[in-house]
Amino acid sequence: MQRALFPALFAAGVTFLLTCLVIGVKLVQGGPTLTVVGADADTWSWIAFAVVIVFLVQLLKEPLLGLKQRLPMPDVTGLLPDEQLRNRLKPWLIALIVVGLFVWPFMVSRGAVDLATLTLIYVMLGLGLNIVVGFAGLLDLGYVAFYAVGAYTYALLSEYYGLSFWVCLPIAGLLAATFGCILGFPVLRLRGDYLAIVTLGFGEIIRILLNNWTNVTGGPNGIGGIDKPTLFGLEFNRRASEGAQTFHAFFGIQYDSSYKVIFLYLVAVLLVLLTIYIINRIQRMPIGRAWEALREDEIACRSLGLNPTVIKLSAFTLGASFAGFAGCFFAARQGFISPESFTFIESAIILAIVVLGGMGSQLGVILAAIAMTILPELAREFQEYRMLMFGGVMVLMMLWRPQGLLPMKRPHLELKAS
Amino acid sequence: MHETTLYVLQQLINGLTIGSTYALIAIGYTMVYGIIGMINFAHGEVYMIGTYTAFITIIGLLTMGVGSLPIVLLLALITAVIIASTYGYAVERVAYRPLRGGPRLIPLITAIGMSIFLQNYIRLAQGSRDLAMPVLISGGIEFGDPAVFEVSISWMQLIIWGVTLVAMTALALFISRSRLGRACRACAQDLKMTNLLGIDTNRIIALTFIIGAALAAVAGVLLGLYYGTINPYIGFMAGLKAFTAAVLGGIGSIPGAMLGGLILGVTEALTAAFFPSEYKDVVAFSLLVLILLFRPTGLLGKPEVEKV
Amino acid sequence: MSENLLDVSGLMMRFGGLLAVDGVNLQVKPRQIHSVIGPNGAGKTTVFNCISGFYKPTGGEIRYRGKAIQGMTGHRISLLGLVRTFQHVRLFANMTVIENLLVAQHRHLNTNYFAGLVKSPSYRRRQREAMDRAAHWLQQVDLLEFANREAGNLSYGQQRRLEIARCMVTEPGLLMLDEPAAGLNPRETSELDQLILRLREEQDISVLLIEHDMGLVMGISDHITVINQGAPLAEGTPEQIRANPAVIKAYLGES
Repeated sequence: MQRALFPALFAAGVTFLLTCLVIGVKLVQGGPTLTVVGADADTWSWIAFAVVIVFLVQLLKEPLLGLKQRLPMPDVTGLLPDEQLRNRLKPWLIALIVVGLFVWPFMVSRGAVDLATLTLIYVMLGLGLNIVVGFAGLLDLGYVAFYAVGAYTYALLSEYYGLSFWVCLPIAGLLAATFGCILGFPVLRLRGDYLAIVTLGFGEIIRILLNNWTNVTGGPNGIGGIDKPTLFGLEFNRRASEGAQTFHAFFGIQYDSSYKVIFLYLVAVLLVLLTIYIINRIQRMPIGRAWEALREDEIACRSLGLNPTVIKLSAFTLGASFAGFAGCFFAARQGFISPESFTFIESAIILAIVVLGGMGSQLGVILAAIAMTILPELAREFQEYRMLMFGGVMVLMMLWRPQGLLPMKRPHLELKAS
Repeated sequence: MHETTLYVLQQLINGLTIGSTYALIAIGYTMVYGIIGMINFAHGEVYMIGTYTAFITIIGLLTMGVGSLPIVLLLALITAVIIASTYGYAVERVAYRPLRGGPRLIPLITAIGMSIFLQNYIRLAQGSRDLAMPVLISGGIEFGDPAVFEVSISWMQLIIWGVTLVAMTALALFISRSRLGRACRACAQDLKMTNLLGIDTNRIIALTFIIGAALAAVAGVLLGLYYGTINPYIGFMAGLKAFTAAVLGGIGSIPGAMLGGLILGVTEALTAAFFPSEYKDVVAFSLLVLILLFRPTGLLGKPEVEKV
Repeated sequence: MSENLLDVSGLMMRFGGLLAVDGVNLQVKPRQIHSVIGPNGAGKTTVFNCISGFYKPTGGEIRYRGKAIQGMTGHRISLLGLVRTFQHVRLFANMTVIENLLVAQHRHLNTNYFAGLVKSPSYRRRQREAMDRAAHWLQQVDLLEFANREAGNLSYGQQRRLEIARCMVTEPGLLMLDEPAAGLNPRETSELDQLILRLREEQDISVLLIEHDMGLVMGISDHITVINQGAPLAEGTPEQIRANPAVIKAYLGES
């Protein structure tokens, strides 16, 4: 323990330096004058507490590590039933969940359904980014830019050309993919970290352009009055717009505003199910295999005639297109979009979802998306600390469990005895 | 002289000022990259923290009644450098060292997580509003024709140039003359080999983060005084710009970072002269993409040879 | 000239101040096993990296089937039919053995996304063909029983054989092996010997070999090129090389 004393003192000193000025003293702007005030005793006791904790942890590092090794690592996969049973139960479970997804909204409040719709958007974004980060191992820090491209595609096409949601959905995906392709091509030839910083920059640039191209995008004021999706041309408004019919009039039922909410939710469910299906298929396709191979050994891939740039680009573009779909739906749901919705914070949240869920694990990402959207709603105070925690979660997850809470392997093809 | 010429001259002066601070921040990116081959995403936040520390110290000392401005500024600089270096060290210890040797994606994610964490940590501790400091150093030299256009170089700008020059010279001397500097260069050449030769590479890597953070803090103090306002989000753009500067000059190359910073600063200032000023960020970013497209090694960088 | 499968002339590779390869010439004829030997650090692997496109040669010309390929990217060269192994085995260790072989057939499988999403008949057929080809090659290298095992769990000798099988499923014209016998025991080496000869007989390919194991080189090579300090030293049949005094001095004599 004596040997640990100096490093422990050092670490405690570092902690004190890290906290003393920036937390212990606060800058206060009172009109034109700036003053400093010492933090209250509470804050200082927190600082002291942190310093002591760091000191003790460093001092007792070895005994603590020994203790940790005796603690069993939480292994979520171990809780699942064995493989045979699982494979037999799986289709039933999936069917049950899908039916539940469709029945559930008719039994709960409007607010809950609305929140579920928002969650589904994040599920879609998480799954899309998971292709890029989890499958292809590329860090995309400007994922929100493609989300913005999708949202603005629908908003603008609907405003200027009156195109419907269903027409715009594929266009939004395609356009986002095109942006991904144009951006990815020059960068993906280079080392991975360049992609991270270029996408980071791209995310900002898209936002700046949207903010400043006022006569088209409305600048910071955004675009409002975006049409909601229709059910084969049936609208969910109280009154039909010209030449259209409303849902309640067509079926001869009373108008209820919750129909619209439920319909949007169902559209989101369909989109998410489609996303899951596509990603599941692609994982089993040659390209999914190539992503994994590329993550393992790029040089070997090249020696076998795989073009790394093209393979990475396919993941990047595909991920972008899902963000485009999600963006298009987001614009339709909100009815109003502005550059405010597409800040770096959004990118960070989506990345946190992927990281928490486990890079490459679809189920993990879905659960993480649900947790990350619902938690802030449950505890409003949480909102204030949300980003701090997301940042912390990313660091801690990578240090403690880089494969995520629910790691999952890509299903491998097997050679059957013939 | 012609009005436009004078106007461009003024923009050049402004550009060189901003550019030299970019260069200071870019050093941090380039040195870390040169040794461990990774981008330190939290570097921009370290710069931001340096600025906050400087503000706190300056205001604190002024409130305590320390009257002499040079002493206040010097103390602010020292405090900012110490605190920011500590942050640089902490970032390395927490987000990079435990993950050394693993897949490259992992430390990238911890670093970006660290960046988000630090940004919000300052936001929670100091508030998210803009904080403005009274102008401490005013005045300057003016020339040109008052009837047409007056070009001015403020004292603050001269100070920025002077301090940058001193900091850069000190760094150059340290790298080329001192024993630690030699160890740094050895690590940049071949980390594993240097380790085998009995040099504590962990120490050298930590040192690189610390030097980078210290220079970022210097830039933070200078820019904080120059602009007079700060908020917790300034590290984001500054980091992005400085990284662009590092890539422009050739990442891994220290003279490259200096050159890249100056070029970027001037380009931005000239853009701002003729277009709406928001577009200068767009131009900076486009420059980054163009460089990566046509000359990924930057102006002074050496091509990397892949080890097969 | 055109009867040569691979024609390397005046190859130069410079790293900064170091001239690693200086004027190397190689001619590989169809169905020939051609070895490149030389002391450690002679530049053999650098020559390999230049031919396979991992380095951009500083000078000289490389022609494959009469087509100039110097400076092309690695994957394009591989697509032309020059496929290599590595000095240190580079398998996809976390993937199964059979999947290693499927990745190598990526070019044959590249049907469009839509076909894969709906599992169209042609997509299924290609998948099946790829599986069959992979199984065939596993049989050839005697690894069929390990098909569904993770590649990283194989023994070193098995990993070497898998790497060769992985090259062969791409249906190459020239197989380039970088020290395939390194780390193998004598029995495994002689198996490798047999495998290389059989590939030449049955698959109608040429083999370019870098090797330290003199027994292997002398036993199976049709032609040998010796390089020393980046420059060509001698070339000829194994008998000629064995008798060449310069070679003995530079290489055999010292080891």
